[in-house]
Amino acid sequence: MSVKQGLLALLAEGPMYGAQLRVEFEERTGGTWPLNVGQVYTTLNRLERDGLVEPTGEADGEGRISYRLTEAGASEVTTWWQTPVDRDNTPRDELTIKLALAVTVPGVDVQSVAQTQRTSTIRHLHDLTRLKQQVMRKQRDAEGHEPQEGVANHDLAWLLVLENLIFSAEAEVRWLDHVETRLHRESLRPFHRSGSTPATSRPEDADERAAARAEARR
Amino acid sequence: MTTPSLLLDNVSRVHGTGDTAVHALDGVSLEILPGELVAVMGPSGSGKSTLLNLAGGLDHATSGRVVIEGEDLTTLGAKGIAQLRRRRVGFVFQDYNLIPSLTAAENVALPLELDGERASQARRHARQSLELMGLRELSDRFPDQLSGGQQQRVAIARALVGSRRLVLADEPTGALDSHTGEDVLRVLRERCDEGVAGLLVTHEARHAAWADRVVFLRDGVVVDSTGRASAAEDLLDSASSAR
Repeated sequence: MSVKQGLLALLAEGPMYGAQLRVEFEERTGGTWPLNVGQVYTTLNRLERDGLVEPTGEADGEGRISYRLTEAGASEVTTWWQTPVDRDNTPRDELTIKLALAVTVPGVDVQSVAQTQRTSTIRHLHDLTRLKQQVMRKQRDAEGHEPQEGVANHDLAWLLVLENLIFSAEAEVRWLDHVETRLHRESLRPFHRSGSTPATSRPEDADERAAARAEARR
Repeated sequence: MTTPSLLLDNVSRVHGTGDTAVHALDGVSLEILPGELVAVMGPSGSGKSTLLNLAGGLDHATSGRVVIEGEDLTTLGAKGIAQLRRRRVGFVFQDYNLIPSLTAAENVALPLELDGERASQARRHARQSLELMGLRELSDRFPDQLSGGQQQRVAIARALVGSRRLVLADEPTGALDSHTGEDVLRVLRERCDEGVAGLLVTHEARHAAWADRVVFLRDGVVVDSTGRASAAEDLLDSASSAR
């Protein structure tokens, strides 16, 4: 996700200056992906260069310049909402790589690697759940009170981010469970291949698998 | 020192003898204090249900001690265990186990009445317990007039009616959709935050995450545990001060 799209989406609400954009971005995502002001201003400069934003006027008393979307910027935001996020570019995932190597490198206790990870991920999940509980309690407490401008929505945004992290952590635990079951089944097979494949695996195999993955995405 | 609500001390459960002996549980130790919710996770056949049955006095250990609120189950006879179960322990199952011909309040009052409490008093305790679960308006409904989530909350109210302060839950969210399951976990969590002790068997990581600790079982042995977490509280503090 680029900072660029995030800032453009925020500016669609109305003109803002750099520090304001940073605060808004972090509030709505619970500070999960912190930005620094330098990053925000560099991005704003680039957006201005590309004709997507423009200053609303001169700097104010404190030297802050507000920016607003140009017509091209507004249409860029619309396109962003309408376009799915690109998942083709598989990010390098350390855990997946670690386990793929663990099953192929001799002498590694894969089950223990998986269990250590599971414990750690559940602990993380626990922390996220506690945070979620706190946000939900706050929302319940606020029920029946006059909502503060925008605040309710910020909690909702943060809740969604938290839940995304919860689902990801849960998926990781489920995958680890699956890995263990898979390993167990492999170990029960009469002539299981573990240990023999990696050494004899030809480089073309990897190419074929990459091609198959590309095909599957299409 | 606080008396643990539940203490398993080096507990084993062996089925059969000699070469064919199956160690359903092998030297498991676990302590749950009042106010704690502990989740047990593990693949099928890892001993989760055996652990829960032993903790609730539904099965007896081959060796080791099971102690509920200071009372050692291994020294009690069948009668004593039955009484302890009625007074101290509540069970929650995946399929609610409510009696269809009784109202919510009657279901909740039942364990007290079985224990010899006067009907009027049992009913009063039942209503209190239902109220704590946010179910006061539904007291007079029959189970088939309640949703799955409501039935499970009634089951938790029943598990914690009167003086019971230990709840043993076996996949309590198994039959519920994701949101309803979470509501059930939330109320269980709230009761634990008020001082109840809970042991929760689940295979869902997202639900286990509501617990203070998660214990992992495999082949009847505890292979790992997340430990008593204080880190979460630190995280909460820092998160609330940051906002």
